[in-house]
Amino acid sequence: MKLTKDQVKHVAKLANLPVTEEEEEKYSEQLSKILDYIDQLNQVDTSDVEPTFNVSGQTNVQSEDKLGVCLPQDDALSNAPKKENGFFVTKGVFDNE
Amino acid sequence: MNDITSLTLTQTISALKDKQFSEEELNNAYLEKIDALNPKLNIFLEVKKNTRGIPAAIKDVIITKNIKTTASSKILSNFIPQYNATVIGKLLENGVSVIGKTNHDEFAMGGSGENSAFGVTKNPWDFSKVPGGSSSGSAAAVCADLCTFALGSDTGGSIRQPSSFCGIVGLKPTYGRVSRYGLIAMASSLDQIGPMTKSVEDTALVLDWISGADGYDSNVSSEKFKVQSSKLNEGIKGLKIGVPKEYFGEGLDPKVEKVIKEALKKLEELGGEVAEISLPHSQYALAAYYIIVPSEVSSNMARYDGIRYGKGRENIGAEVKRRIMLGTYSLSSGYWDDYYAKAAKVRTLVKRDFEKAFEKVDVVVGPVSPTTAWNLGEKVNDPLKMYLSDIYTISANLAGIPGLSIPCGFSEGLPVGLQILGKQWDEETILTVGYAFEQATQWHMEKPKL
Repeated sequence: MKLTKDQVKHVAKLANLPVTEEEEEKYSEQLSKILDYIDQLNQVDTSDVEPTFNVSGQTNVQSEDKLGVCLPQDDALSNAPKKENGFFVTKGVFDNE
Repeated sequence: MNDITSLTLTQTISALKDKQFSEEELNNAYLEKIDALNPKLNIFLEVKKNTRGIPAAIKDVIITKNIKTTASSKILSNFIPQYNATVIGKLLENGVSVIGKTNHDEFAMGGSGENSAFGVTKNPWDFSKVPGGSSSGSAAAVCADLCTFALGSDTGGSIRQPSSFCGIVGLKPTYGRVSRYGLIAMASSLDQIGPMTKSVEDTALVLDWISGADGYDSNVSSEKFKVQSSKLNEGIKGLKIGVPKEYFGEGLDPKVEKVIKEALKKLEELGGEVAEISLPHSQYALAAYYIIVPSEVSSNMARYDGIRYGKGRENIGAEVKRRIMLGTYSLSSGYWDDYYAKAAKVRTLVKRDFEKAFEKVDVVVGPVSPTTAWNLGEKVNDPLKMYLSDIYTISANLAGIPGLSIPCGFSEGLPVGLQILGKQWDEETILTVGYAFEQATQWHMEKPKL
Protein backbone atom coordinates (compact mmCIF):
# COMPACT_ATOMS: atom_id res chain seq x y z
CA MET A 1 0.00 0.00 0.00
CA LYS A 2 1.59 3.22 -1.14
CA LEU A 3 0.58 6.43 0.52
CA THR A 4 1.36 9.27 -1.88
CA LYS A 5 2.59 12.70 -0.87
CA ASP A 6 -0.80 14.12 -1.87
CA GLN A 7 -2.57 11.68 0.41
CA VAL A 8 -0.21 12.63 3.23
CA LYS A 9 -1.03 16.29 2.61
CA HIS A 10 -4.76 15.51 2.70
CA VAL A 11 -4.51 13.47 5.91
CA ALA A 12 -2.44 16.21 7.57
CA LYS A 13 -5.17 18.67 6.71
CA LEU A 14 -7.85 16.40 8.19
CA ALA A 15 -5.79 16.08 11.37
CA ASN A 16 -5.05 19.81 11.52
CA LEU A 17 -1.33 19.07 11.60
CA PRO A 18 1.24 21.46 10.18
CA VAL A 19 3.55 19.29 8.03
CA THR A 20 6.57 20.50 6.07
CA GLU A 21 7.36 19.32 2.55
CA GLU A 22 10.28 17.35 3.91
CA GLU A 23 7.94 15.64 6.38
CA GLU A 24 5.45 14.82 3.61
CA GLU A 25 8.23 12.93 1.88
CA LYS A 26 9.29 11.16 5.06
CA TYR A 27 5.76 10.21 6.18
CA SER A 28 4.84 9.01 2.71
CA GLU A 29 7.72 6.55 2.86
CA GLN A 30 7.39 5.52 6.52
CA LEU A 31 3.60 5.19 6.56
CA SER A 32 3.64 3.16 3.34
CA LYS A 33 6.07 0.76 4.97
CA ILE A 34 3.89 0.44 8.07
CA LEU A 35 0.74 -0.06 5.95
CA ASP A 36 2.55 -2.81 4.03
CA TYR A 37 3.22 -4.55 7.32
CA ILE A 38 -0.39 -4.09 8.40
CA ASP A 39 -1.61 -5.64 5.15
CA GLN A 40 -0.93 -9.09 6.65
CA LEU A 41 -4.22 -8.70 8.57
CA ASN A 42 -5.90 -9.62 5.28
CA GLN A 43 -4.48 -13.13 5.63
CA VAL A 44 -6.77 -13.66 8.64
CA ASP A 45 -10.27 -14.94 7.96
CA THR A 46 -12.57 -12.82 10.12
CA SER A 47 -15.82 -13.43 8.24
CA ASP A 48 -17.58 -14.90 11.31
CA VAL A 49 -15.82 -12.82 13.94
CA GLU A 50 -17.36 -10.00 15.96
CA PRO A 51 -15.10 -7.00 16.55
CA THR A 52 -13.82 -6.21 20.07
CA PHE A 53 -13.87 -2.53 20.99
CA ASN A 54 -13.87 -2.89 24.76
CA VAL A 55 -12.44 -5.57 27.02
CA SER A 56 -13.60 -4.49 30.48
CA GLY A 57 -16.94 -6.28 30.22
CA GLN A 58 -18.72 -3.24 31.70
CA THR A 59 -21.90 -2.14 29.97
CA ASN A 60 -24.24 0.79 30.45
CA VAL A 61 -22.42 2.15 33.47
CA GLN A 62 -24.43 5.06 34.78
CA SER A 63 -23.98 7.69 37.41
CA GLU A 64 -26.57 9.47 39.45
CA ASP A 65 -27.90 12.66 37.90
CA LYS A 66 -26.76 15.10 40.54
CA LEU A 67 -24.45 18.06 40.83
CA GLY A 68 -20.99 17.50 42.21
CA VAL A 69 -17.95 19.58 42.95
CA CYS A 70 -16.49 21.26 39.88
CA LEU A 71 -13.54 23.50 39.16
CA PRO A 72 -13.97 27.17 40.06
CA GLN A 73 -13.92 29.43 36.97
CA ASP A 74 -10.49 30.91 37.79
CA ASP A 75 -8.97 27.44 38.12
CA ALA A 76 -10.56 26.24 34.90
CA LEU A 77 -9.03 29.21 33.08
CA SER A 78 -5.64 29.03 34.77
CA ASN A 79 -3.90 27.36 31.80
CA ALA A 80 -5.63 29.30 29.05
CA PRO A 81 -3.21 31.18 26.76
CA LYS A 82 -5.90 33.84 26.13
CA LYS A 83 -8.90 34.67 28.29
CA GLU A 84 -11.33 37.54 28.58
CA ASN A 85 -14.03 38.29 31.14
CA GLY A 86 -13.89 34.76 32.51
CA PHE A 87 -14.05 33.08 29.09
CA PHE A 88 -11.59 31.23 26.86
CA VAL A 89 -10.69 33.24 23.77
CA THR A 90 -10.87 31.12 20.61
CA LYS A 91 -10.20 31.79 16.97
CA GLY A 92 -13.09 33.12 14.97
CA VAL A 93 -15.26 30.48 13.32
CA PHE A 94 -16.11 32.52 10.25
CA ASP A 95 -13.55 33.72 7.73
CA ASN A 96 -13.81 37.43 8.41
CA GLU A 97 -13.42 37.26 12.19
CA MET B 1 21.90 -0.49 58.22
CA ASN B 2 22.01 -0.33 54.44
CA ASP B 3 21.60 2.90 52.55
CA ILE B 4 17.99 4.07 53.03
CA THR B 5 17.44 4.35 49.29
CA SER B 6 18.20 0.67 48.68
CA LEU B 7 15.18 -0.39 50.75
CA THR B 8 12.04 -1.68 49.09
CA LEU B 9 8.72 0.08 49.73
CA THR B 10 7.64 -2.63 52.19
CA GLN B 11 10.96 -2.39 54.04
CA THR B 12 10.75 1.42 54.08
CA ILE B 13 7.29 1.32 55.64
CA SER B 14 8.38 -1.02 58.41
CA ALA B 15 11.59 0.97 59.06
CA LEU B 16 9.49 4.16 59.40
CA LYS B 17 7.19 2.35 61.81
CA ASP B 18 10.21 1.22 63.88
CA LYS B 19 11.51 4.81 63.83
CA GLN B 20 14.82 3.75 62.26
CA PHE B 21 14.70 7.04 60.37
CA SER B 22 12.23 9.89 59.91
CA GLU B 23 10.26 10.80 56.80
CA GLU B 24 12.48 13.85 56.48
CA GLU B 25 15.63 11.72 56.52
CA LEU B 26 14.02 9.39 53.99
CA ASN B 27 13.21 12.24 51.61
CA ASN B 28 16.62 13.84 52.05
CA ALA B 29 18.37 10.58 51.25
CA TYR B 30 16.49 10.32 47.96
CA LEU B 31 16.86 14.01 47.12
CA GLU B 32 20.63 13.84 47.62
CA LYS B 33 20.82 10.85 45.32
CA ILE B 34 18.67 12.58 42.70
CA ASP B 35 20.97 15.62 42.88
CA ALA B 36 23.98 13.41 42.22
CA LEU B 37 22.55 11.16 39.51
CA ASN B 38 19.80 12.99 37.65
CA PRO B 39 22.17 15.18 35.62
CA LYS B 40 23.77 11.98 34.23
CA LEU B 41 20.59 9.96 33.70
CA ASN B 42 17.97 12.63 32.79
CA ILE B 43 15.20 10.80 34.65
CA PHE B 44 13.27 13.62 36.32
CA LEU B 45 11.61 16.53 34.52
CA GLU B 46 10.53 18.05 37.83
CA VAL B 47 11.67 17.38 41.41
CA LYS B 48 9.75 18.35 44.57
CA LYS B 49 11.75 18.94 47.72
CA ASN B 50 9.33 17.33 50.20
CA THR B 51 10.07 16.62 53.82
CA ARG B 52 7.11 14.32 54.39
CA GLY B 53 5.69 11.20 52.81
CA ILE B 54 7.06 8.11 51.10
CA PRO B 55 8.68 9.39 47.90
CA ALA B 56 7.21 8.03 44.66
CA ALA B 57 8.24 8.93 41.10
CA ILE B 58 5.33 9.54 38.74
CA LYS B 59 5.39 9.23 34.97
CA ASP B 60 4.74 12.70 33.59
CA VAL B 61 1.69 11.52 31.69
CA ILE B 62 -0.24 11.28 34.99
CA ILE B 63 -1.52 14.65 36.12
CA THR B 64 -0.53 16.11 39.47
CA LYS B 65 -2.23 19.15 40.99
CA ASN B 66 -0.02 22.25 40.93
CA ILE B 67 2.95 20.21 39.64
CA LYS B 68 3.81 20.80 35.99
CA THR B 69 2.75 17.84 33.83
CA THR B 70 4.11 17.84 30.30
CA ALA B 71 3.50 14.38 28.80
CA SER B 72 7.15 14.91 27.75
CA SER B 73 5.82 17.13 24.97
CA LYS B 74 6.48 20.74 24.00
CA ILE B 75 2.75 21.18 23.49
CA LEU B 76 2.16 20.77 27.25
CA SER B 77 5.45 22.29 28.40
CA ASN B 78 3.60 24.97 30.39
CA PHE B 79 0.67 22.89 31.69
CA ILE B 80 -0.04 23.03 35.45
CA PRO B 81 -2.95 20.67 36.25
CA GLN B 82 -5.77 21.97 38.43
CA TYR B 83 -6.54 18.57 39.98
CA ASN B 84 -4.96 15.22 40.74
CA ALA B 85 -5.37 11.97 38.83
CA THR B 86 -7.32 9.41 40.87
CA VAL B 87 -4.18 7.30 41.42
CA ILE B 88 -2.36 10.33 42.87
CA GLY B 89 -5.20 11.02 45.31
CA LYS B 90 -5.14 7.38 46.39
CA LEU B 91 -1.37 7.42 46.93
CA LEU B 92 -1.55 10.63 48.98
CA GLU B 93 -4.21 9.01 51.20
CA ASN B 94 -1.71 6.23 51.90
CA GLY B 95 1.10 8.50 53.04
CA VAL B 96 2.91 8.73 49.71
CA SER B 97 4.31 11.97 48.27
CA VAL B 98 5.35 12.83 44.73
CA ILE B 99 9.13 13.29 44.69
CA GLY B 100 9.20 13.98 40.98
CA LYS B 101 7.75 13.59 37.53
CA THR B 102 9.59 11.23 35.23
CA ASN B 103 10.62 11.51 31.62
CA HIS B 104 9.12 9.18 28.99
CA ASP B 105 8.39 8.95 25.29
CA GLU B 106 6.18 11.87 24.26
CA PHE B 107 2.52 11.12 25.14
CA ALA B 108 3.73 7.58 26.03
CA MET B 109 4.36 6.74 22.36
CA GLY B 110 7.58 4.82 21.92
CA GLY B 111 9.58 1.88 23.13
CA SER B 112 12.92 3.41 24.03
CA GLY B 113 12.41 6.71 25.85
CA GLU B 114 14.02 8.52 22.93
CA ASN B 115 10.84 10.26 21.77
CA SER B 116 10.76 12.67 24.72
CA ALA B 117 10.87 16.36 23.82
CA PHE B 118 13.16 16.81 26.84
CA GLY B 119 16.04 14.51 25.95
CA VAL B 120 16.62 10.82 26.37
CA THR B 121 16.83 8.98 29.71
CA LYS B 122 19.90 6.73 30.07
CA ASN B 123 19.79 3.12 31.19
CA PRO B 124 21.43 3.01 34.66
CA TRP B 125 23.05 -0.35 33.79
CA ASP B 126 24.85 1.10 30.78
CA PHE B 127 24.61 4.77 29.85
CA SER B 128 25.02 3.97 26.15
CA LYS B 129 21.79 1.89 26.15
CA VAL B 130 18.11 2.85 26.08
CA PRO B 131 16.16 2.31 29.31
CA GLY B 132 13.17 1.03 27.33
CA GLY B 133 9.89 2.84 26.97
CA SER B 134 7.65 4.44 27.12
CA SER B 135 7.87 4.59 30.97
CA SER B 136 11.64 5.15 30.66
CA GLY B 137 12.21 7.54 33.56
CA SER B 138 10.02 5.61 36.00
CA ALA B 139 11.92 2.38 35.30
CA ALA B 140 15.32 4.07 35.54
CA ALA B 141 14.30 5.88 38.76
CA VAL B 142 13.39 2.61 40.50
CA CYS B 143 16.50 0.91 39.14
CA ALA B 144 18.86 3.68 40.30
CA ASP B 145 17.15 3.95 43.72
CA LEU B 146 15.91 7.49 43.12
CA CYS B 147 12.44 6.70 44.56
CA THR B 148 10.83 3.98 46.70
CA PHE B 149 8.57 3.05 43.79
CA ALA B 150 7.11 4.58 40.64
CA LEU B 151 3.96 4.64 38.56
CA GLY B 152 3.97 4.06 34.82
CA SER B 153 1.35 3.50 32.14
CA ASP B 154 1.16 0.60 29.71
CA THR B 155 -0.67 0.62 26.37
CA GLY B 156 1.42 -2.02 24.60
CA GLY B 157 4.23 -2.82 27.02
CA SER B 158 5.23 0.61 28.32
CA ILE B 159 5.51 -0.63 31.93
CA ARG B 160 6.77 -4.17 31.33
CA GLN B 161 9.43 -3.54 28.67
CA PRO B 162 11.35 -0.74 30.47
CA SER B 163 11.01 -2.77 33.71
CA SER B 164 12.66 -5.64 31.87
CA PHE B 165 15.42 -3.43 30.43
CA CYS B 166 16.18 -1.87 33.83
CA GLY B 167 15.84 -5.04 35.94
CA ILE B 168 12.88 -4.02 38.11
CA VAL B 169 9.35 -5.33 38.76
CA GLY B 170 6.52 -3.83 36.68
CA LEU B 171 2.84 -4.71 36.41
CA LYS B 172 0.25 -3.87 33.80
CA PRO B 173 -2.99 -4.58 35.65
CA THR B 174 -6.16 -5.91 34.04
CA TYR B 175 -7.84 -3.25 31.87
CA GLY B 176 -10.39 -1.75 34.27
CA ARG B 177 -8.49 -2.48 37.50
CA VAL B 178 -7.12 1.04 37.95
CA SER B 179 -8.91 4.29 37.11
CA ARG B 180 -7.41 6.25 34.23
CA TYR B 181 -8.96 9.52 35.41
CA GLY B 182 -6.12 12.02 35.10
CA LEU B 183 -4.01 9.80 32.86
CA ILE B 184 -3.30 11.73 29.69
CA ALA B 185 -5.00 9.44 27.18
CA MET B 186 -3.12 7.63 24.43
CA ALA B 187 -5.19 4.68 23.18
CA SER B 188 -8.22 4.51 25.43
CA SER B 189 -9.24 0.90 24.83
CA LEU B 190 -5.75 -0.25 25.92
CA ASP B 191 -4.23 2.26 28.41
CA GLN B 192 -3.69 1.15 31.98
CA ILE B 193 -1.71 2.63 34.91
CA GLY B 194 0.43 0.30 37.00
CA PRO B 195 3.18 -0.01 39.64
CA MET B 196 6.94 -0.17 38.96
CA THR B 197 8.77 -1.36 42.06
CA LYS B 198 11.81 -2.99 43.66
CA SER B 199 9.96 -6.21 44.60
CA VAL B 200 6.83 -8.21 43.79
CA GLU B 201 5.52 -7.62 47.30
CA ASP B 202 5.78 -3.86 46.69
CA THR B 203 3.83 -4.19 43.44
CA ALA B 204 1.02 -6.02 45.25
CA LEU B 205 0.86 -3.26 47.86
CA VAL B 206 0.82 -0.39 45.35
CA LEU B 207 -1.87 -2.13 43.28
CA ASP B 208 -3.93 -2.50 46.45
CA TRP B 209 -3.57 1.29 46.97
CA ILE B 210 -4.39 2.47 43.46
CA SER B 211 -7.08 0.02 42.29
CA GLY B 212 -10.83 0.40 42.56
CA ALA B 213 -13.67 2.45 41.13
CA ASP B 214 -13.81 6.24 41.47
CA GLY B 215 -16.92 7.09 39.50
CA TYR B 216 -14.84 8.84 36.82
CA ASP B 217 -13.65 5.88 34.72
CA SER B 218 -16.64 3.76 33.73
CA ASN B 219 -14.45 0.81 32.82
CA VAL B 220 -13.18 0.30 36.35
CA SER B 221 -14.46 -2.69 38.25
CA SER B 222 -16.04 -1.81 41.59
CA GLU B 223 -14.20 -4.75 43.09
CA LYS B 224 -11.08 -3.61 44.90
CA PHE B 225 -7.88 -5.58 44.52
CA LYS B 226 -6.57 -6.99 47.75
CA VAL B 227 -3.87 -9.62 47.85
CA GLN B 228 -3.42 -11.63 51.05
CA SER B 229 0.24 -12.04 52.01
CA SER B 230 -0.62 -15.62 52.97
CA LYS B 231 -1.65 -16.12 49.33
CA LEU B 232 1.67 -14.75 48.06
CA ASN B 233 3.43 -17.24 50.34
CA GLU B 234 1.42 -20.17 49.08
CA GLY B 235 3.96 -21.09 46.42
CA ILE B 236 3.29 -22.54 43.00
CA LYS B 237 3.23 -26.28 43.60
CA GLY B 238 0.95 -27.86 41.01
CA LEU B 239 0.33 -24.55 39.24
CA LYS B 240 -0.03 -24.97 35.49
CA ILE B 241 2.35 -22.76 33.51
CA GLY B 242 1.81 -22.40 29.77
CA VAL B 243 4.71 -21.44 27.54
CA PRO B 244 3.55 -20.15 24.14
CA LYS B 245 5.62 -21.63 21.35
CA GLU B 246 5.02 -18.47 19.29
CA TYR B 247 7.11 -16.47 21.79
CA PHE B 248 10.23 -18.52 21.11
CA GLY B 249 10.51 -18.18 17.36
CA GLU B 250 12.44 -16.04 14.95
CA GLY B 251 13.57 -12.69 16.33
CA LEU B 252 14.20 -13.85 19.89
CA ASP B 253 17.84 -13.26 20.85
CA PRO B 254 19.30 -16.72 21.71
CA LYS B 255 21.06 -15.24 24.75
CA VAL B 256 17.74 -13.92 26.07
CA GLU B 257 16.13 -17.26 25.27
CA LYS B 258 18.74 -19.06 27.37
CA VAL B 259 18.00 -16.88 30.41
CA ILE B 260 14.24 -17.37 29.98
CA LYS B 261 14.64 -21.16 29.67
CA GLU B 262 16.63 -21.20 32.90
CA ALA B 263 13.89 -19.22 34.61
CA LEU B 264 11.31 -21.73 33.37
CA LYS B 265 13.45 -24.53 34.81
CA LYS B 266 13.45 -22.68 38.13
CA LEU B 267 9.65 -22.44 38.07
CA GLU B 268 9.55 -26.19 37.48
CA GLU B 269 11.86 -26.79 40.44
CA LEU B 270 9.47 -24.74 42.54
CA GLY B 271 6.67 -27.15 41.68
CA GLY B 272 5.14 -25.50 38.63
CA GLU B 273 3.94 -27.75 35.83
CA VAL B 274 5.34 -26.26 32.63
CA ALA B 275 3.66 -27.16 29.33
CA GLU B 276 3.88 -25.78 25.81
CA ILE B 277 0.77 -23.98 24.55
CA SER B 278 -0.15 -22.13 21.37
CA LEU B 279 -1.43 -18.59 20.85
CA PRO B 280 -1.91 -18.96 17.09
CA HIS B 281 -2.91 -15.34 16.33
CA SER B 282 0.14 -13.82 18.07
CA GLN B 283 1.76 -13.09 14.73
CA TYR B 284 -1.10 -10.77 13.76
CA ALA B 285 -1.37 -8.96 17.10
CA LEU B 286 1.23 -6.33 16.26
CA ALA B 287 -0.42 -5.38 12.97
CA ALA B 288 -3.82 -5.08 14.68
CA TYR B 289 -2.24 -3.05 17.46
CA TYR B 290 -0.68 -0.59 15.02
CA ILE B 291 -4.10 0.16 13.56
CA ILE B 292 -6.02 0.35 16.83
CA VAL B 293 -3.46 2.52 18.61
CA PRO B 294 -2.91 5.21 15.97
CA SER B 295 -6.68 5.39 15.34
CA GLU B 296 -7.42 6.03 19.00
CA VAL B 297 -4.39 8.33 19.24
CA SER B 298 -5.62 10.50 16.37
CA SER B 299 -8.93 10.90 18.17
CA ASN B 300 -7.42 11.60 21.61
CA MET B 301 -4.85 14.04 20.24
CA ALA B 302 -7.56 16.13 18.58
CA ARG B 303 -8.20 17.86 21.91
CA TYR B 304 -4.88 19.71 21.82
CA ASP B 305 -6.02 22.94 20.23
CA GLY B 306 -4.04 25.39 22.37
CA ILE B 307 -7.23 27.16 23.48
CA ARG B 308 -7.96 25.87 26.97
CA TYR B 309 -4.40 24.84 27.83
CA GLY B 310 -1.12 23.98 26.15
CA LYS B 311 0.48 25.33 23.00
CA GLY B 312 -0.23 25.01 19.27
CA ARG B 313 -0.16 21.81 17.23
CA GLU B 314 3.17 22.73 15.62
CA ASN B 315 4.67 21.61 18.96
CA ILE B 316 3.77 17.94 18.45
CA GLY B 317 6.80 15.66 18.05
CA ALA B 318 7.62 13.30 15.18
CA GLU B 319 6.35 9.95 16.50
CA VAL B 320 3.11 11.42 17.79
CA LYS B 321 2.57 13.12 14.43
CA ARG B 322 3.28 9.85 12.65
CA ARG B 323 0.62 8.07 14.70
CA ILE B 324 -1.94 10.85 14.26
CA MET B 325 -1.38 10.65 10.50
CA LEU B 326 -1.66 6.86 10.39
CA GLY B 327 -4.77 6.91 12.60
CA THR B 328 -6.45 9.72 10.71
CA TYR B 329 -5.84 7.84 7.48
CA SER B 330 -7.19 4.53 8.80
CA LEU B 331 -10.32 6.19 10.20
CA SER B 332 -10.93 8.36 7.16
CA SER B 333 -13.93 7.83 4.95
CA GLY B 334 -13.80 4.56 3.04
CA TYR B 335 -11.01 2.98 5.09
CA TRP B 336 -12.67 2.32 8.46
CA ASP B 337 -13.88 -1.19 7.55
CA ASP B 338 -10.55 -2.17 6.03
CA TYR B 339 -8.49 -1.02 8.97
CA TYR B 340 -10.06 -0.28 12.36
CA ALA B 341 -12.93 -2.76 12.08
CA LYS B 342 -10.64 -5.43 10.66
CA ALA B 343 -8.12 -4.89 13.47
CA ALA B 344 -10.90 -5.07 16.07
CA LYS B 345 -11.92 -8.47 14.68
CA VAL B 346 -8.36 -9.74 14.83
CA ARG B 347 -8.32 -8.42 18.40
CA THR B 348 -11.22 -10.78 19.17
CA LEU B 349 -9.14 -13.69 17.87
CA VAL B 350 -6.12 -12.70 19.99
CA LYS B 351 -8.39 -12.48 23.04
CA ARG B 352 -9.91 -15.89 22.28
CA ASP B 353 -6.43 -17.43 22.03
CA PHE B 354 -5.85 -16.46 25.66
CA GLU B 355 -9.30 -17.61 26.77
CA LYS B 356 -8.60 -21.03 25.26
CA ALA B 357 -5.11 -21.16 26.81
CA PHE B 358 -6.45 -20.27 30.25
CA GLU B 359 -8.87 -23.21 30.10
CA LYS B 360 -5.76 -25.40 30.39
CA VAL B 361 -3.21 -23.32 32.31
CA ASP B 362 -3.16 -20.85 35.22
CA VAL B 363 -0.54 -18.47 33.84
CA VAL B 364 1.29 -17.89 30.56
CA VAL B 365 5.03 -17.27 30.84
CA GLY B 366 7.65 -16.08 28.35
CA PRO B 367 10.06 -13.26 27.56
CA VAL B 368 9.03 -9.60 27.92
CA SER B 369 11.12 -8.48 24.99
CA PRO B 370 13.02 -10.29 22.23
CA THR B 371 16.26 -8.52 23.19
CA THR B 372 17.90 -6.69 26.06
CA ALA B 373 18.32 -2.90 25.97
CA TRP B 374 19.72 -1.73 22.63
CA ASN B 375 22.08 1.14 21.86
CA LEU B 376 20.79 4.69 22.03
CA GLY B 377 19.92 5.84 18.51
CA GLU B 378 19.89 2.33 17.04
CA LYS B 379 16.23 2.24 15.98
CA VAL B 380 15.17 5.90 15.89
CA ASN B 381 14.99 6.12 12.12
CA ASP B 382 13.08 2.89 11.60
CA PRO B 383 9.66 3.07 13.30
CA LEU B 384 8.64 -0.41 12.18
CA LYS B 385 11.75 -1.95 13.72
CA MET B 386 10.99 -0.08 16.94
CA TYR B 387 7.38 -1.36 16.89
CA LEU B 388 8.56 -4.97 16.43
CA SER B 389 10.28 -4.87 19.81
CA ASP B 390 6.80 -4.79 21.44
CA ILE B 391 5.86 -8.13 19.93
CA TYR B 392 5.43 -10.10 23.19
CA THR B 393 3.76 -7.39 25.26
CA ILE B 394 0.98 -5.95 23.11
CA SER B 395 -1.24 -9.06 23.16
CA ALA B 396 -1.98 -8.59 26.87
CA ASN B 397 -3.31 -5.09 26.15
CA LEU B 398 -5.43 -6.30 23.24
CA ALA B 399 -6.88 -9.05 25.45
CA GLY B 400 -7.18 -6.79 28.52
CA ILE B 401 -5.36 -9.27 30.76
CA PRO B 402 -2.73 -8.49 33.43
CA GLY B 403 1.01 -8.93 32.80
CA LEU B 404 3.94 -8.83 35.19
CA SER B 405 7.62 -8.33 34.35
CA ILE B 406 10.16 -9.58 36.88
CA PRO B 407 13.96 -9.64 36.74
CA CYS B 408 15.14 -13.17 35.85
CA GLY B 409 18.81 -12.86 34.96
CA PHE B 410 21.32 -11.06 32.77
CA SER B 411 22.67 -11.28 29.25
CA GLU B 412 26.05 -9.59 28.69
CA GLY B 413 25.58 -7.45 31.78
CA LEU B 414 22.05 -6.25 30.88
CA PRO B 415 18.87 -7.33 32.70
CA VAL B 416 16.37 -9.78 31.19
CA GLY B 417 12.72 -9.75 32.26
CA LEU B 418 10.35 -12.69 32.59
CA GLN B 419 6.76 -11.97 31.60
CA ILE B 420 3.94 -13.65 33.53
CA LEU B 421 0.47 -13.19 32.02
CA GLY B 422 -2.70 -14.06 33.90
CA LYS B 423 -6.44 -14.40 33.48
CA GLN B 424 -8.54 -11.25 33.42
CA TRP B 425 -8.84 -9.90 37.01
CA ASP B 426 -6.36 -12.50 38.31
CA GLU B 427 -3.35 -10.38 39.30
CA GLU B 428 -3.14 -12.50 42.44
CA THR B 429 -1.90 -15.63 40.69
CA ILE B 430 0.74 -13.86 38.58
CA LEU B 431 2.00 -12.04 41.67
CA THR B 432 2.18 -15.38 43.52
CA VAL B 433 4.31 -16.81 40.70
CA GLY B 434 6.50 -13.69 40.68
CA TYR B 435 6.90 -13.78 44.45
CA ALA B 436 7.86 -17.48 44.50
CA PHE B 437 10.45 -16.86 41.77
CA GLU B 438 11.80 -13.79 43.52
CA GLN B 439 12.19 -15.61 46.85
CA ALA B 440 14.10 -18.39 45.13
CA THR B 441 16.41 -16.30 42.94
CA GLN B 442 17.19 -12.80 44.29
CA TRP B 443 17.73 -11.33 40.81
CA HIS B 444 15.73 -8.31 41.98
CA MET B 445 18.50 -7.52 44.50
CA GLU B 446 21.04 -6.85 41.74
CA LYS B 447 21.83 -3.14 41.33
CA PRO B 448 23.87 -1.20 38.80
CA LYS B 449 27.11 0.38 40.05
CA LEU B 450 26.51 4.11 39.92
